[in-house]
Amino acid sequence: MDYFLEIFLSGLTRGSIYALIALGYTMVYGIIELINFAHGEIYMIGAFTALIIASVLTTLGMSGPAVLILAGIVAVIYASAYGFTVEKIAYKPLRGASRLSPLISAIGMSIFLQNYVMLAQTSDFLPFPNLLPELPFLESTAHIMGSTDFIIIATTAVVMVALTLLIKFTRMGKAMRATAQDRNMAMLVGVNVNRVISATFIIGSALAAIGGVLIASHIGRINFYIGFIAGIKAFTAAVLGGIGSIPGAVLGGLVLGWTECFATGYVSSDYEDAFAFALLVLILILRPAGILGKASVQKV
Amino acid sequence: MLELNNVETFYGNIMALKGITLKVYEGEIITLIGANGAGKTTTLMSISGIVPPRSGEILFQGKPIHCLSPDEIVALGISQVPEGRRIFPQLSVQENLDMGAFLRRDTAGIRKDLDYVFGLFPILAQRRHQAGGTLSGGEQQMLAISRSLMARPRLLLLDEPSLGLAPMMVKLIFQVIGKINGEGATTIFLVEQNANMAMQVAHRGYVMENGRIALSGTASELLHDEHVKKAYLGI
Repeated sequence: MDYFLEIFLSGLTRGSIYALIALGYTMVYGIIELINFAHGEIYMIGAFTALIIASVLTTLGMSGPAVLILAGIVAVIYASAYGFTVEKIAYKPLRGASRLSPLISAIGMSIFLQNYVMLAQTSDFLPFPNLLPELPFLESTAHIMGSTDFIIIATTAVVMVALTLLIKFTRMGKAMRATAQDRNMAMLVGVNVNRVISATFIIGSALAAIGGVLIASHIGRINFYIGFIAGIKAFTAAVLGGIGSIPGAVLGGLVLGWTECFATGYVSSDYEDAFAFALLVLILILRPAGILGKASVQKV
Repeated sequence: MLELNNVETFYGNIMALKGITLKVYEGEIITLIGANGAGKTTTLMSISGIVPPRSGEILFQGKPIHCLSPDEIVALGISQVPEGRRIFPQLSVQENLDMGAFLRRDTAGIRKDLDYVFGLFPILAQRRHQAGGTLSGGEQQMLAISRSLMARPRLLLLDEPSLGLAPMMVKLIFQVIGKINGEGATTIFLVEQNANMAMQVAHRGYVMENGRIALSGTASELLHDEHVKKAYLGI
């Protein structure tokens, strides 16, 4: 039973990270119907920023949770700025173009950012300090759920609640929902759609950066390529849950995390990805729009 | 109040408006009638800035607005009820109305206008927490009109408000249009295919054919015009 619970919780941890990144894919898709392939790179840039800041702070003699919080905040700001800029440079000029053009532009942006980080930093794996503190009250349950897992799950939960409140109750949140449902009508009631799109990229990037800092602390090393792999997984999670749906992205992330962890725990870690993608194929056959996605209605 | 001078609007290479010139005076109801594809909706979309004109000018209270963005145009006091109502389907009735007042900050004024639209259409108060997409066609039209009233517009653009509605509902909607014009001193620009109803409520009218204004005059002049009778009134 302990073994099952352990796997369940590590699946939840992994799924939380997928969900954090998947939200960025799904929110952007909801607003401008674009798969932002550079989103994984934003996550990677978040992790790199945190690494740089943490190194500087540690050199300066700081330690403890303060390093984590400061590094996290700077990573979120920096990644958001990247997300904002990527949209302005690579997608906004193509707003009226056919749907294929921004998609190609997104892939180009993804490759560019990977290579940029590789050249600016290094192509080797860099050790990432474990910034997540050990929580004393979890000592007795450490064999099932360690501090790291707990912090990742709790942080994700808080972020999700904050996001839900933002989308449900704030002016910008309402504008985002209205724009996703009918962009021209949103413009007709006075929504500045460019601002809504920018806000969506900023929020998605911030979530990805939080995911990046958490997972890098957890795994302990990063390189320029981590964004690609995490991006593909999170994209899978978003599609699995129903792209465009926010609860869908969270559910898809968790289902994917559990599938991978249970496959590793009960079968073999070699088949982790095979199980994950087999599940994707299966769900898309049974429910082409994803678990929580709505069958798309052709807009006239 | 509103003036279009030689407005030309394109969709890609297709010229939809071939030099439209018209005037709307403060406080009146004018109607623009014409067949499908004549360019009526495009005219409204050009005014609202969704499909900006390629040449010509649009003046609102003497100032050019054809180079402004849609949200800036709404902020000046021009609000549109588009064809097909375009309710935000997954937002509640209340949230749809909130979106109508998106650019306003005067909480007290918004509350007052909310009471006003609930007074016009009491059914909306009952449906307040229901998703907009679950309303009937007539209720959606009421919501669409109410939503644009929440912006407290000086000029209200209405695109085919009677389309697809039962005769009773059409009558109600036209009554309300008259009421909005009278009570709030809101100027109304009404696009209609139901020329008969439109001419009854409007002061003046324009007839549009193939992207051009073919005819204009007071409502009674147009009602007695042989061409209008034949082509649009079915007499």
